[in-house]
Amino acid sequence: MAFYRAHVLVCGGTPCELGGCRAVKDTLLEEVNRLGLSSEIRVLETGCLGPCDQGPVIIVYPEGIMYARLQPGDVKEIVEQHLLKGRVVNRLVYHEKKEEAKSVVTFESSDYFGLQERIVLRNCGRINPESIEEYIAHDGYRALGKCLTEMEPAAVVQVVKDSGLRGRGGAGFPTGLKWSFTAKTDSNQKYIVCNADEGEPGTFKDRLILEGDPHSIIEGMAIAGYAVGANKGYIYIRGEYKLSIERLQHAIRQARELGLLGTNIFGSDFAFDIEVRSGAGAYVCGEETALIESIEGSRGEPRYKPPFPGVSGIWGKPTVVNNVETLANIAPIILNGAAWFRGFGTEKCPGTKVFTMTGDINNEGLIEVPMGITLRQIVYGVGGGIPGGLGFKMAQTGGTSGGCLPKEFLDLPMDYDTLAEAGSALGSGALLIMDDSHCIVDIVRCFMKFFKHESCGKCTPCREGTTRLYELVTKITEGKATNEDIALLTELSRVMQTSALCGLGQAAPNPLVTCLKYFEEEFGAHLNGYCPTGVCTMPVANVKVG
Amino acid sequence: MKSLEELARIREQAKQNLQLRESRDGIKIVVGMGTCGIAAGARETMNAILDELIKRNLSQVIVTQTGCVGLCEQEPIIDVTLPDQPKVTYGKVSPDKARQIIANHVVNGNIIGEWVIRSDKQ
Ligand SMILES: Cc1cc2nc3c(=O)[nH]c(=O)nc-3n(C[C@H](O)[C@H](O)[C@H](O)COP(=O)(O)O)c2cc1C
Repeated sequence: MAFYRAHVLVCGGTPCELGGCRAVKDTLLEEVNRLGLSSEIRVLETGCLGPCDQGPVIIVYPEGIMYARLQPGDVKEIVEQHLLKGRVVNRLVYHEKKEEAKSVVTFESSDYFGLQERIVLRNCGRINPESIEEYIAHDGYRALGKCLTEMEPAAVVQVVKDSGLRGRGGAGFPTGLKWSFTAKTDSNQKYIVCNADEGEPGTFKDRLILEGDPHSIIEGMAIAGYAVGANKGYIYIRGEYKLSIERLQHAIRQARELGLLGTNIFGSDFAFDIEVRSGAGAYVCGEETALIESIEGSRGEPRYKPPFPGVSGIWGKPTVVNNVETLANIAPIILNGAAWFRGFGTEKCPGTKVFTMTGDINNEGLIEVPMGITLRQIVYGVGGGIPGGLGFKMAQTGGTSGGCLPKEFLDLPMDYDTLAEAGSALGSGALLIMDDSHCIVDIVRCFMKFFKHESCGKCTPCREGTTRLYELVTKITEGKATNEDIALLTELSRVMQTSALCGLGQAAPNPLVTCLKYFEEEFGAHLNGYCPTGVCTMPVANVKVG
Repeated sequence: MKSLEELARIREQAKQNLQLRESRDGIKIVVGMGTCGIAAGARETMNAILDELIKRNLSQVIVTQTGCVGLCEQEPIIDVTLPDQPKVTYGKVSPDKARQIIANHVVNGNIIGEWVIRSDKQ
């Protein structure tokens, strides 16, 4: 048996990889070798730890000391001082970006991690994602074993129903209910699809879950398969997610080798296998029916609903489509029970939510917090506030299809229903924070440009509507718009929201509609030829003198 | 995978290799690795400790290092802490003494009084 007195976990998530974590890891290995410590110190790669703007990040166990923003040149000092002599290198330790930052921070003790509750990210940054043994050591595949040896499929569906888990892909549809529709169908072939398309701008949670803990998705899919009577799964993942794809394929191979995928799993007559399909990056392909078209090899355009995929999905067969994060919740729910899960979050939205924080916020990155936490707790607690002493202008929740909320909403609990009432959405958990130096009309113009680009063109309200929205908003930023244009925007938004074929066109006006409502004054100023933040270039004739 | 028992076997084995990252309250050995400690042979002492732990399959023991505590003439110094017991500090720990400390103190709970230079009151 090998005995290591220290484990050094190098964050290998994509953001850290871009920051050069490979070079850091290589230098670590070299230095450890040079000092003859390779039999005492184990260097390994793990999934994302969360503070993505601070990468490359490493954690040294047993102390649990976290180092951030490392360059290969820093590594020698860590190896010589910390690993050899046991002296923490304070200069390089992860600092919380807050007023009274603590100096030495262990992985668990920082505020950043302290406010978090990790169910979905339970293994991210703790295990080596390429080792099925490490996943198993953390109770991996025990939930699948429990289902197959002790539970009827209907009982599995019931536990998920009782847990109150709602889909984390955006719409928040109750997962147990979705499964029950497919379970009820009578078909010789059913499918489970993991939606890992993750097209929502500013969202990167699914990628980091897949990179950090791929087996949790495989296990969740197999349990879903048993519950509804499906023996085949597809993971639909965007092609750019190279590392996720590699890790998934590696994990699937390992699971097959151990007989956790294949036939007679846990000695039962249940068989299940998974195939990875990569997408080409269209936003609409995240929509479940367009995704199904794409898996079938067709152009990714949405289908009319009903029939819903649960009854008629891939090749007309009953198909459950679930988001990555939804599936990552399944194994813990089976193991710990529905009541345990309901102990987190709110009555109507139990559990946690993974958010990706981007924009004008100190701690950009990945967090997992209980549902119902307020926006203020996220921005000023976990997020560490807004850099440069600037004020909070707005948060866009739910990604580009979500709404924009001004500071009056800082104490709003973050859950599906409350945010929908405010005209926004919890959506995929993207959280874009903007400080008050930005012009709201200009921001909306950027959002509208995105939808114009991503509309698939199948239905008229979306194809025409997204283009016209963009043109009209651009007109406002140029100081050429009138009150009639605002009325037209409002009317067009209403038409799109009620008549577009899929969620893309229905949600495209969301940021515009919320901003027209919550930032009326700023829009009004633009109509008068004045941009309060000075971002938009206005015609000279309109500039107010004096 | 044929049964839950088979899974449990893999889990137990894998857990051993991960204990280091999980437990904060197990048996702990801290080796003084200041310049003075290293000069006095702390590296050799460390190697002996690791070797002894491997031989005895004591994967739950956590070994870390610390800097100079100001008792340079007593180096190599090691601290041994058993769960719920005060910290015991040994001085002038040669590789051979280190092996005996593991056998007597860590495994059997018998502190080797004559080598102790300091012991926290409970
Ligand atoms: C334009 C559009 C894009 C979408 N993109 C995604 C996506 O990237 N990932 C995802 O999980 N769901 C996406 N959805 C939602 C899916 O249609 C579907 O509701 C979801 O995958 C169901 O999984 P859940 O119940 O586990 O949330 C998108 C929906 C629309 C309308």
